[in-house]
Amino acid sequence: MSEIERHSFDVVVIGAGGAGLRAAIEARMQGKRVAIVCKSLFGKAHTVMAEGGIAAAMGNVNSHDNWQVHFRDTMRGGKFLNSWRMAELHAKEAPTRVWELETYGALFDRTPDGKISQRNFGGHEYPRLAHVGDRSGLELIRTLQQKIVSLQQEDYRETGDYEAKIKIFAEVTITRLLTVDGRAAGAFGYYRETGNFVTFEAPAVVLATGGIGKTFKVTSGSWEYTGDGHALAMRAGATTLNMEFIQFHPTGMVWPPSVKGILVTESVRGDGGVLTNSEGTRFMFNYIPDVFKDKYATTPEEADRWYTDPDNNRRPPELLPRDEVARAINSEVKAGRGTPHGGVYLDVSSRLPAEVIKKKLPSMWHQFKELADVDITKEAMEVGPTCHYVMGGVEVDPDTQQTLLPGLFAAGEVSGGLHGSNRLGGNSLSDLLVFGRRAGLGAAEYVEALPVRPAVDDAMLADAEAEALAPFSNVGDENPYTIHADLQNTMNDLVGIIRTESEMVDALARLQEFKVRVKNSSVKGGRAFNPGWHLALDLKNMLLVAEAVAKASLDRQESRGGHTRDDYPKMSDEWRKINIICRYDGEGAVIEHQPMQPMRPDLLELFDVEELKKYLTAEELPTHDAGSDH
Amino acid sequence: MATTGIEAPGRAQIGAKTLRTDAWWIAPLLTFLALTAFVVYSAWRVFSGKYYFYEPYISVYYSPCLTTSCVPGSEFAGSPISWWKMSPALLVAWIPLAFRFTCYYYRKAYFRSFWLSPPACAVAEPHSKYTGERRLPLILNNAHRYAFYLGLVLNVILTWDAILAFRNHNGEWGHMGLGTVFLTVNAACLWLYSLSCHSCRNAVGGRITHFSKHPVRYQMWTLISKLNSRHMMWAWISLCTVVVADFYVYLLASGKLTDLTFF
Amino acid sequence: MGYTAKFKVWRGDDTGGGIEDFSVDVNEGEVVLDIIHRLQATQAPDLAVRWNCKAGKCGSCSAEVNGKPRLMCMTRMSTFTEDETITVTPMRTFPVIRDLVTDVSYNYEKARMVPAFAPPADLAPGDYRMAQVDVERSQEFRKCIECFMCNNVCHAVRDHEENKTTFSGPRFLMRIAELDMHPLDTVDRREVAVEDHGVGYCNITKCCTEVCPEHIKITDNAIIPLKERIADKKYDPIFSIASLFKRNKEGRQSAPDTPKATK
Repeated sequence: MSEIERHSFDVVVIGAGGAGLRAAIEARMQGKRVAIVCKSLFGKAHTVMAEGGIAAAMGNVNSHDNWQVHFRDTMRGGKFLNSWRMAELHAKEAPTRVWELETYGALFDRTPDGKISQRNFGGHEYPRLAHVGDRSGLELIRTLQQKIVSLQQEDYRETGDYEAKIKIFAEVTITRLLTVDGRAAGAFGYYRETGNFVTFEAPAVVLATGGIGKTFKVTSGSWEYTGDGHALAMRAGATTLNMEFIQFHPTGMVWPPSVKGILVTESVRGDGGVLTNSEGTRFMFNYIPDVFKDKYATTPEEADRWYTDPDNNRRPPELLPRDEVARAINSEVKAGRGTPHGGVYLDVSSRLPAEVIKKKLPSMWHQFKELADVDITKEAMEVGPTCHYVMGGVEVDPDTQQTLLPGLFAAGEVSGGLHGSNRLGGNSLSDLLVFGRRAGLGAAEYVEALPVRPAVDDAMLADAEAEALAPFSNVGDENPYTIHADLQNTMNDLVGIIRTESEMVDALARLQEFKVRVKNSSVKGGRAFNPGWHLALDLKNMLLVAEAVAKASLDRQESRGGHTRDDYPKMSDEWRKINIICRYDGEGAVIEHQPMQPMRPDLLELFDVEELKKYLTAEELPTHDAGSDH
Repeated sequence: MATTGIEAPGRAQIGAKTLRTDAWWIAPLLTFLALTAFVVYSAWRVFSGKYYFYEPYISVYYSPCLTTSCVPGSEFAGSPISWWKMSPALLVAWIPLAFRFTCYYYRKAYFRSFWLSPPACAVAEPHSKYTGERRLPLILNNAHRYAFYLGLVLNVILTWDAILAFRNHNGEWGHMGLGTVFLTVNAACLWLYSLSCHSCRNAVGGRITHFSKHPVRYQMWTLISKLNSRHMMWAWISLCTVVVADFYVYLLASGKLTDLTFF
Repeated sequence: MGYTAKFKVWRGDDTGGGIEDFSVDVNEGEVVLDIIHRLQATQAPDLAVRWNCKAGKCGSCSAEVNGKPRLMCMTRMSTFTEDETITVTPMRTFPVIRDLVTDVSYNYEKARMVPAFAPPADLAPGDYRMAQVDVERSQEFRKCIECFMCNNVCHAVRDHEENKTTFSGPRFLMRIAELDMHPLDTVDRREVAVEDHGVGYCNITKCCTEVCPEHIKITDNAIIPLKERIADKKYDPIFSIASLFKRNKEGRQSAPDTPKATK
């Protein structure tokens, strides 16, 4: 075994998006020495892609807003499969977390009286999203990054060393979590630049690695979204929760290939854009589900009147919930009525004057102009569903974000629970802040209370090193790029937006084949910045995550939020009571059921009984008269 | 080639000074030719000391004419300076020269086209050392605002000259000739060039941190900012109008042309 | 639709390297980064390249395409003719790590030298009040995606390695301007801008603005206003005298013990 660089920290944060940075800040403020490990350069995390804003019930625009309303919206959005405790903490703490950002230097858009402006968004009862134009995620990440710099400057003034308390390891990929006696002990990984290995010894590890988008072919996620955190946690003995719930955004770009999957904002439809198929039919009228029949227009004439007179007309069906629209587009394409590039048309050019489009949708106009050379004031966009977000994730304690492995914490998209079966727009950035901070705090307190630090031994590292180097010594001529493409196709086609038993069984069989192919994949070149090698290692994570998603999806026999079964199209009260847990058994993912904890009565009281009846079984309903003071 | 810059150790060893495939050299070349022509022309006119006045028109290079040697009719404020023996233009022309030399647009223009520092973006410059505007004489570029203030005074005088150009050759009001047009347009363009200046933008409002507490200055700043985005355009246009207005006066004063009068 | 394009890609590391030729398929609607990915998948699996969002929002895939600094994900193949050879090289101002990947740590070191935002000590979170017009200037600068192409193209460091110790490049001069215009910041960073970040190296040649993928007017809206604000303080005796008679403008304090370059 070669000499491996070793570092010792109190807390190691894996991932430098919103959650990871907020966790690191908190751990440092608690006096802990922190390492931030990120796969990309510092400040490039996927959080920058978020456009809409940060949901927080500050009540700046509508003073009726408060945490109870936000809590109700979140639970409804997640179809009551949410961890209600997380939803409660999230709704209560989000405003403080946003205000805190201002003390770090964030510059949100303002209301006329100088407060943080808040915007409307799908599923939120009141204007709630703190935002900066359409680059809210960039503001969040840059603000946190700059706060970290300011803490480093404080440390410098005190010790003469910027990195005395927070050190950033950019472009380092973690390949394994180290455990000793069933507790987290650190992490092992490699520098992407050199291929050299590095060990972090730390009693507490915070996972903040984001999502799993890259297991799907069409995704709004970047290359980093390989499910590393999910896989690392499972391999280390922690569990994942409800991995079947994946949000497909109905309108992603499908053409040109370079931008396939990139989001087309919901506002395009809100401002009058219509969806048509290759025959020119405005098809959404054929897809209005019975439960929404009385809320949506049945003729184009009525729908068109809604934009100017929403009080006397019903909404256009293009504005149905995300999952309904995504399914409709999917059906049209499957029926052969798609565009040449496998999407449908989203057109505003025939609906609004060019000047109005440019004024109302400046970012979309630029996005299509610069990325696709399409002028949306002159021609229709081609759009299709794109894998956007995984609601499921590593199972954590709601208050501390600790996973089932003591010393291992998780926050942000990699953790599960808050969003239930479907996430509301804007709740992601607030999730990062609220639970990033809680994870950092939880980790710091855990370290504080720990009597003896776990010691990492050399054998452990030798094993991790051998595992990471295996792709170089594999014999066989499988190309990791090809396997990745095949995996993405399989997941997209067979475990995608609409799922049926036979297809998922097929997918699981193929996943087993991929596991064999990965073992036969060999990597060319050296260890210094070798993307082929990086992909080979990431592939193992993606395969495990894909298996967890496929198995959980096959298991859950209902349709709810981000999980749609062709063979079980209805929501089931009984399945709502079940969390599907995934663990790693040494070979792959295995699932088990875990009962959902009943909601605390004071939270249950926030809802009308009539509404609860849609989601809860009869015996779960409150016996007393529920409060109606909302 | 020095081992600094793009050849410095550790950087990708590419060799070529630039890999640009477009005609990046055209812009600095044109700038070089145009500015050189302007400097040569201006030097000729400023040092010549003659053919700068033809009632009612005065050359922009010679206004205000302050020496006792000024030709009759061109004197300003009684031409108080008697000790100056060279061309009267030299007492004045340094002001616009300083204004343009320290101007944030012209700095780009001459650093690129004369000093090749850099000749164009991502094209290596030929110098082995570069210290920027941190020491004499270039640190004086920070005094741009003073040149701006003096330039404003000149603009007032040139505007007055343009007004006086509505008198005829015998000093009677109600005249307008081609020279009147040139002087008026030139004065207007000089105002637009001066007011679109970055120092002006700072002075009217840019230096304020809280616009909300100074609504009038914010309005002014917004207006100047709009002008400022066309600063380069006004720099070139006003350069041309100066030459045209002066050359017309030269042609009249030297007897090569007679004034085209409208009324 | 599709055609075979001629590509030249610089491959190597800090010990040397050179431009390699490739013939590679190009399909309609693709960008340069797609072609680089195709090379990885089919011909050069270990070709090193940084990228992330592929939508021009993260600023990872900065490189030089035909000699011009570009985000590879935002450079459409349709901007080239089919018979054109496309040359892709790493950014030339930063040390190369491998192939198209460079060591951009210079930028992170400079970022650490900018004194952080310092709000009034007695202002509680949630009580911050700022007018939209007061935050808009800084908001423009906060659009920055830190692709570092402005620092890459700036000749002051691109062509002069030795200036890296004293000059922070447009990105961080803009950061200082951003904080200087922040309505609730209490620190005066103007001395720091001159002493630690070398604002005087900037000679306004505007290449930073030319290459900015976010179309931020770095020179006109950040660096020149910063220079003017510095002139207010350092080079303008009128303001200096005036400031003796009134309290320190808006109560700003001088920057805390500023960290120096670590290089």
